[in-house]
Amino acid sequence: MTGSAVTGRVALAPEADELELLESFERTISHADRIEPRDWMPEAYRKTVIRQVAQHAHSEIIGMQPEGNWITRAPSLRRKAILLAKVQDEAGHGLYLYSACETLGTSRNELTEMLINGKQKYSSIFNYPTLSYADVGTIGWLVDGAAICNQVPLCRTSYGPYGRAMIRVCKEESFHQRQGFELLATMMRGTDEQRAMVQESVNRFWWPALMMFGPPDDDSPNTAQSMAWGIKRNTNDDLRQRMVDMTVPQAEALGVTLPDPDLAWNDQRQAHDFGQPDWDEFKDVISGNGPCNTQRIAHRKKAWDDGAWVREAATAFAQKNDALGHQEATA
Amino acid sequence: MSEEIQAEWPLYEVFVRGKRGLNHVHVGSLHAADDDMAVRHARDVYTRRNEGVSIWVVRSNDVTASSPDEKDPLFDPSGDKVYRHPTFYDIPDNVPHM
Repeated sequence: MTGSAVTGRVALAPEADELELLESFERTISHADRIEPRDWMPEAYRKTVIRQVAQHAHSEIIGMQPEGNWITRAPSLRRKAILLAKVQDEAGHGLYLYSACETLGTSRNELTEMLINGKQKYSSIFNYPTLSYADVGTIGWLVDGAAICNQVPLCRTSYGPYGRAMIRVCKEESFHQRQGFELLATMMRGTDEQRAMVQESVNRFWWPALMMFGPPDDDSPNTAQSMAWGIKRNTNDDLRQRMVDMTVPQAEALGVTLPDPDLAWNDQRQAHDFGQPDWDEFKDVISGNGPCNTQRIAHRKKAWDDGAWVREAATAFAQKNDALGHQEATA
Repeated sequence: MSEEIQAEWPLYEVFVRGKRGLNHVHVGSLHAADDDMAVRHARDVYTRRNEGVSIWVVRSNDVTASSPDEKDPLFDPSGDKVYRHPTFYDIPDNVPHM
């Protein structure tokens, strides 16, 4: 047997009847049981999970850049330590998710290459720049807030390794959101200039944060199948509504205005009515024309290329030690 | 540069003991060039918040697992032995501490 026993890189018995396998797969899904790496799964399911988990992993890794931009300029040692820890967490989240994705038979190198050559995407939000220090707080509050809305239901996703990765991510994400809110609240208690900085930042990030849930349901071709398979648990619009309802009272507590003239409580629906983000802008950003797309990928590529000698040296060192150990053992 | 060097670092499975008295539990996997590096990486990736007091790493390729295809026959022997469970035995209500 070649390949890993635990990660599913083993060809399954070809003589098994595909229809029977499909039935067993459907049964597992309908019982809300989890699919595990070595289970048989339809090729389209495998592809969909790979696409979603890879995109999620890439988002965590690219997401290190906008905030990393402020580490050297954080205004105090406390804020610097917090920001460093947060950016390190994003790297960790990316690694949990890459591992989950690899259980489906894609290698880490392939994933990195597909990110760099644009074959796989990452969240549109990270193509927006962080222009002021308040953006660090706004990202924690709104961007990580939106991520939490999205990720909590994914802890119950049908693919086991993805759900387990999400549980780890969610545990850590709460710190991210709270540090962001606390940062903004501290600035709101400061000078007029600081308050204006917070408001300006919220104005810039509100709509891109709402776009993070993806296009409206009637324009989201993958949603129905992903929900039938239990990969996604809620529609884009449901999650967006949840985000708005959660955020409005937080904005009030903070003393900032959300830049949406249509935002109002709807007593009948027991939910907020709100405007739609600019979906043309969204499409433009995901197709590569956001303010920072080129910069984000160029930076990732440089880090990957610059790190090549480290990966090679470590491999050479391990091989040398293996050879030495082998000589000693046979001496 | 040889092809071996270009190849990916091997995959390791990571097990963490949360605190004294508990088993090591599988937490995920990671890539590392060798065993020592795998332990270091495991510390950084899986124990950033005091999640562990001890880490085991093992190359994924060295794990032998039961085959999912044989799931039913493999576990069959335990399926029909209800007498292995305490609830199989009727004990009168007036018998204490049992």
